[in-house]
Amino acid sequence: MTPLVQFRDVAFAYARPERRRERTFAFPGLSFTVERGEVFGVIGPNSAGKTSLLRLLTRVLRPQRGEIRLDGRPVGDLAPWALAREVAVVPQEAPRPFPFTVEQLVLMGRYPHAPGRFFEDAADITAARAAMAATETLALAPLPLEQLSGGERQRALLARALAQEPRLLVLDEPTAHLDLRYQAETAALLRGLNRERGMTILLVSHDLNLAAELCDRLLLLSAGEVARVGAAVDVLEQGLLESVFGCHVTVDKSPSGRPVVQLAYERG
Amino acid sequence: MTDARRLARALAALSLVLLAVGVTALFVGSAGLSPSAVARALAGRAEASSVEAIVTLSLRLPRVAAAVLAGAALAVAGVGFQALTRNPLAEPSVLGVSSGAAFGVVLAQILGFSSGIVAALGVAAFAFAGALLAATIVYLVATAPGGLAVQTLLLTGVIVGIFFSAAITVIISVVDFNRLTGVIHWLLGNLGPIPAASLALFAVLAGAGVWLILKSARELNLLALGEEASRQLGVDAERLKRRVFVAAALLTGTVVAFTGPIGFVGLIVPHVLRRLVGQDNRFLVPTAALAGGAFLLAADTLARNVVAPAELSVGVITAFCGAPFFVWILRTRSRPL
Repeated sequence: MTPLVQFRDVAFAYARPERRRERTFAFPGLSFTVERGEVFGVIGPNSAGKTSLLRLLTRVLRPQRGEIRLDGRPVGDLAPWALAREVAVVPQEAPRPFPFTVEQLVLMGRYPHAPGRFFEDAADITAARAAMAATETLALAPLPLEQLSGGERQRALLARALAQEPRLLVLDEPTAHLDLRYQAETAALLRGLNRERGMTILLVSHDLNLAAELCDRLLLLSAGEVARVGAAVDVLEQGLLESVFGCHVTVDKSPSGRPVVQLAYERG
Repeated sequence: MTDARRLARALAALSLVLLAVGVTALFVGSAGLSPSAVARALAGRAEASSVEAIVTLSLRLPRVAAAVLAGAALAVAGVGFQALTRNPLAEPSVLGVSSGAAFGVVLAQILGFSSGIVAALGVAAFAFAGALLAATIVYLVATAPGGLAVQTLLLTGVIVGIFFSAAITVIISVVDFNRLTGVIHWLLGNLGPIPAASLALFAVLAGAGVWLILKSARELNLLALGEEASRQLGVDAERLKRRVFVAAALLTGTVVAFTGPIGFVGLIVPHVLRRLVGQDNRFLVPTAALAGGAFLLAADTLARNVVAPAELSVGVITAFCGAPFFVWILRTRSRPL
């Protein structure tokens, strides 16, 4: 069976850095696959290319060489709305300013299912309600997005992505704005979506331990190249992490048997 | 209540308002016709050469139609520019797009397009080209170093407007004045008599522009998520922006070609509607068409009667309303959309 996502020797470089001081960054030739039904984590230091990888996958950026395939088809061949039916993105930040309510935001997730429709129909509203119920945002439905806390906004964005009913859910730093309780609930929700609905999940995270807990496989990126890809125990290895992140760490085991990475602070 | 029914109700209510303003506009004026004389003319029971028939059917009726078309087009162009730039103050005259269109019209006039439907089409084409040129300049300058900052956009619009106004002044100064009859009056916005064929062309062009923006209304909502996020939701953002940009320039150019650069309609009308029907472009675009028509018709009726038997340019009324409005919006919500 073909993998759900295939990056085949994808080369990409920004034409020029957006700001002068920013280092230019490039993928010299990136290859990896995401299998159907797995939870796949992309980790790595800042500017290793995590967000660019998401942008390439969602065709916001186009590779200069190589090919990205979704379910065996090059993403470049898909209409924008056809791609959005398969892949939904939960961005790191809510758009600001944003003049619409949570319900209007979530209904926007229905757009790719009927781009020609002027108003959403009853089925769209049902799907949006289900997505809000799953993310516990139903009570927030009539509120403007701007009035929400960071965590509530994040869950509203997750609801919008679920309203897309995608096969692949892509999350950019899914727990960045969440307190411990919602981190736990988001993790449980993602696990549930994966196990019960068979949704494939690709998440990008700074949180190595969350990634280790949630993901079946991890991809460690270092300056645009694959440092290692595999199970958490194989990727979260002290020596490898220290060389990629350039700092001292310790790796223990959590009660669930997954690796736990901690910074080894130098005491002085 | 479903959205479609909510919209239908809002449109029905606005249609009644438009009808009321339209009836008022037909019945009042400096000719001092009695209501029964106007009614007789409208019913076609007046002598074709009678004063009431000429005033009602040849002067007031086309003027009412022109005001409604121009108001609808300007208000919808305002909604379009506001959604594109995510800025509630964006509007054809504020962005300098009207001045660009006016430059096109003046250029067309010195090239000799004067009367007839072909000339009207030529003038409209020049106005459209001028509007596109000004809008493109504003867009390129304001987006240059990344991001469309509210102030940068407005300042750029003002400067582009000043530039094209200066260019118009140069043309007026060097060209034989007789070839530019009525330009001064026209530059302030003039809904004076438009022949039926030109009105039909006006209606077709304005209708096309409104239709293009209405068709894009749902996608314009998604654009509020930001360009990247809208693309990830399946919107072809580049095509959407191009389409709305061209449509808004077409609307602006058309209005300027037929009635002159009337300012602020695209600012006032959408802003009031945002409070009444909300921020959803699917509600804003069609309601702006009706409310814009009613607003400009009311303004023109006022302009015709307030200093009767003399007449003010309608642009004076909209500017008197618009300027305080601009300040008010700037003070209360200068944050982008």
